[in-house]
Amino acid sequence: MWRRGLGIFVILLLSIIGCSSNSVDLKPTVTAWHWMTDRDAAFQELAKKYEILTGVKIDFQLYAPSDAYSQKIRAAAQGINLPDIFGILGEKRDFASFVKAGHILDLTAYMEENNSNWKNKFFPKALAVNEFASGNSYGINPGVYGAPIDIMTIQMVYNKSLFKKLGLNPNQPPKNFTEFIALGQRIKDAGLQGMVSGWGEVWMVDCFANNYAFNIMGKEKVLATIRGEVPYTDPDWIKVLDIFRQMKKSGIFASGLVTMINKSAEQLFANEKAVFAFNGSWCVNVYKGMNPALEYGAMLPPAVGQIYPMAIWGGAGSSFMVNARSKNKEEAVKFLSWLTDQDQQAYLAQMTNNLPANKNSLSKIPEVLAQFSRGMEYATHPNIWGVSEFSLVIEAWDRGIQSIIIGEKTPEQVAADVQKVKERELAKRRAK
Amino acid sequence: MKIKETLENYLFVFPAIAIFSVFYVIPFFWVFHLGLFEWDGISFTKIFVGLGNFKEIFLQDKYWWQSMWNATYITFIALTFQNVVAFMLAWACDREIKMKNFYRVIFFIPPVLSEVVVGMAWRFIINDIEGANIINRMLAGMGFPNLMHNWLSDPNTALTTVALVHCWKGFGWGFLIFLAGLQTIPRELYEAARVDGANAWQSFRKITVPMMIPVVVLVAILTVLGTMQVFVLIVSLVGGEFAGHTAVPVLRILASMRGSSRFGYACAQGITFGLVLVAISFIQYRFSKKER
Amino acid sequence: MKNVFYYKTKKIVFNTLIHLFLISVAITCLYPLLWMIVSSLKSQDMIFKDISLIPRQFHFENYVLAWQEGGFGRNFLNSIFYTVAVVFGIVLVSSMAAYAFSRLRFPGSKWLFIMFMAAMMIPIPGSFVALYVLLNKLHLRNTPIGYILCMINVGLSTSIFLLKTFFDKMPKELEDAARIDGCSKFGLWFHVALPLSKPVLAVVVVFNALAVWNEYILALIIFDNRQFMPLQVALQTFQGEFVTNYPLLMAGLTITALPIILVYLLMQKYIIKGVTQGALVG
Repeated sequence: MWRRGLGIFVILLLSIIGCSSNSVDLKPTVTAWHWMTDRDAAFQELAKKYEILTGVKIDFQLYAPSDAYSQKIRAAAQGINLPDIFGILGEKRDFASFVKAGHILDLTAYMEENNSNWKNKFFPKALAVNEFASGNSYGINPGVYGAPIDIMTIQMVYNKSLFKKLGLNPNQPPKNFTEFIALGQRIKDAGLQGMVSGWGEVWMVDCFANNYAFNIMGKEKVLATIRGEVPYTDPDWIKVLDIFRQMKKSGIFASGLVTMINKSAEQLFANEKAVFAFNGSWCVNVYKGMNPALEYGAMLPPAVGQIYPMAIWGGAGSSFMVNARSKNKEEAVKFLSWLTDQDQQAYLAQMTNNLPANKNSLSKIPEVLAQFSRGMEYATHPNIWGVSEFSLVIEAWDRGIQSIIIGEKTPEQVAADVQKVKERELAKRRAK
Repeated sequence: MKIKETLENYLFVFPAIAIFSVFYVIPFFWVFHLGLFEWDGISFTKIFVGLGNFKEIFLQDKYWWQSMWNATYITFIALTFQNVVAFMLAWACDREIKMKNFYRVIFFIPPVLSEVVVGMAWRFIINDIEGANIINRMLAGMGFPNLMHNWLSDPNTALTTVALVHCWKGFGWGFLIFLAGLQTIPRELYEAARVDGANAWQSFRKITVPMMIPVVVLVAILTVLGTMQVFVLIVSLVGGEFAGHTAVPVLRILASMRGSSRFGYACAQGITFGLVLVAISFIQYRFSKKER
Repeated sequence: MKNVFYYKTKKIVFNTLIHLFLISVAITCLYPLLWMIVSSLKSQDMIFKDISLIPRQFHFENYVLAWQEGGFGRNFLNSIFYTVAVVFGIVLVSSMAAYAFSRLRFPGSKWLFIMFMAAMMIPIPGSFVALYVLLNKLHLRNTPIGYILCMINVGLSTSIFLLKTFFDKMPKELEDAARIDGCSKFGLWFHVALPLSKPVLAVVVVFNALAVWNEYILALIIFDNRQFMPLQVALQTFQGEFVTNYPLLMAGLTITALPIILVYLLMQKYIIKGVTQGALVG
């Protein structure tokens, strides 16, 4: 009996080893690793098109989910085995480390060729995420080190049919914060949930808080705080934290908000159980799949202050970089240039309901998506500020907000906690 | 002659040692030495900080100890509730009863399911808005409407709920090992006891318990090791650390590795974690020796 | 007489309670499984709207779609190959080592065993990167053999621990008898120890099969060639960056769960048979 098993085993062994064929290509093959499951089919199509056009084969390999992709990239970087084209998921700080380690090709020269032909194709904010400006705090030579292949913004959406049900005008989302939270009780009475978002994932909490920080005190003060010049116990920061306390009190938060991953939040909004959602422009594709008949619109988070404009996070959605040590550098760069060209961007936008990074790809995009793209005007992103806050401070901040939402801490307590961590980190940095 | 025999004995352990040294020992020392550095996981330069990381863990990192406490809590529930139920089920299935085979298969289904599915399914069962709210409805149906609760969204009950779901997923292993252990107790011993006039409880106490002690210790040690490392289930049930209420050591290590890009610190946390596990297992092992 | 009636009733009540207990636990085990299967038969837009256990429409084609879109064919075979290879390797290596630790004497055996135990207790986070670099240096990185060796190591300590515990409990008379008959050490291991420990060997098989079958992150990191990827990696394609195709994911997960359940069904026979095959009588 186990002899048979051994036999099967040997056959499997031979079949697997035997089947890995290696054909010899005369034209180079450019290997690209990506994590974008939703776009894999579109990428494969584009790769085929490119091969017909130029004879260069593009091998797109998908490694999902994005955490696993990130680990694979880091492992490959350690083994100096990165593919020709890849993406870096993470913060600017990590991006800078990759550049310093010599893994990323500086694309500035290519971008500025022919009167900055390539560079000018992009929305400036999309490119900014991949740029290191002069005087940046990471110590990187100023330049462009990646190419964005789409843009995205993170805003709010509201359900138009539920608005009608509540007796509200579906074309008039709440104009300001007070109006917004006043809806809390009304929504609860109707047996619905207010706002959903993936706030189990701390970065989304951070995003929302940051938007209001910009609105309350303006960009300069926020950056000054990051630099250590303004403490977190400043009244303006307490005002930011108080937003969450007010929202909680008004009942506008969906129950269990802090235990949701974004996908659960998307489910709830798509199934019309929640009136508002805080989500990114990728949600258009998600909602379409879950509920094609959903009637909804995009809006900015309702502003608190009138002096400074409301900010949202936006910029490049996904970007690709070229491996500086790649043997096929030139071909890789050429391909990236083609990929970010008008037609290809329009194709990608159509296939996956994401916003193109190319200014001229004004293809027919759904109205809701167009609303998201108009938000780009107000968009900013931590990766373009030139400074990063200490990760331990961000963690304390995000956790503190979660504690406020579940009613365990007050804004003043959280501000004090965060400032303590900040001072500790500043002291460590000074000691170096 | 003696040398030949000793060499022959070494041959038995040689393959294990060979694989182990290459694939465990080397990475272990790499991680161990990294715990002494400040490194982001990417750069080719590292900064030596000596025991600085460990000092930080012990003196400053209150999130870390909170996560250890949470993990210990879940493990405690697993050691008691989960293993008692597993033992009872194994004992029940060891006897000659009908549908034995059916039960044996069903009880092993939870361990086979992926943690992601388990999280999603139980979230569906427990939550009211996104799910079917089954637990609360059952409680109301059984006559306890005042026990209805937001089990997963209330920070006070979230951890216990997660612990219980983990028990549900894990008891199949205990069941399997206990069953294997019970099966190796020779039936003749029970026969002899019955002939001698012992009743069920007495033969349980005098035969089953003493012979199962090594197995119980084994399961206890494996339970501790497996449960302390839980994390995927937490993310799929409550979305993450829930403001610290459901933080666990592995999530903290991942946060250091990816969120803060502090690979060296993450390694130091991993080593601290490992040492705690060794200490707990050692205590369990010594405790079992004393029992004998 | 009161006595007989009393004991009979007691027995019936007792048995009924046991059955109730078993059945209620069984129901809690079945429900999530049913949920998974039922979800796999729904469509993406209905999956969270329709919360009943019986889908309005049965989309059996989800299974075919999952198989095709997930590229399951090749990856499925790969997973089977890795699981069989690793389980075979572990059973061999760990049973030999456990036998040695339990029955043989050689200098340093106590410390070596402690080393294996310690390894079981000290998980190494971030070991993926170390293994990647290591395999790279050994030129074993993008190869099935490298992956198999890594996975053998993963289950080694626990398997040795499990087996040694059972070998220690084994009665010595059989081995003594066989030794008197002139059996060599390897013979003792192969002909006496292994057959006697079938129940725990079955546990080791199931434990390691499950671990290898469900593994995906190491495979994802060290393999660059899609041809070598195991099933779990293919499954991840349904958990998109933004869009998770739930029905297909559930269908994929169900397909993935089946072979392991099969392995368990096969192995549990041995756990049942146990030692009661007259081993001690002979």
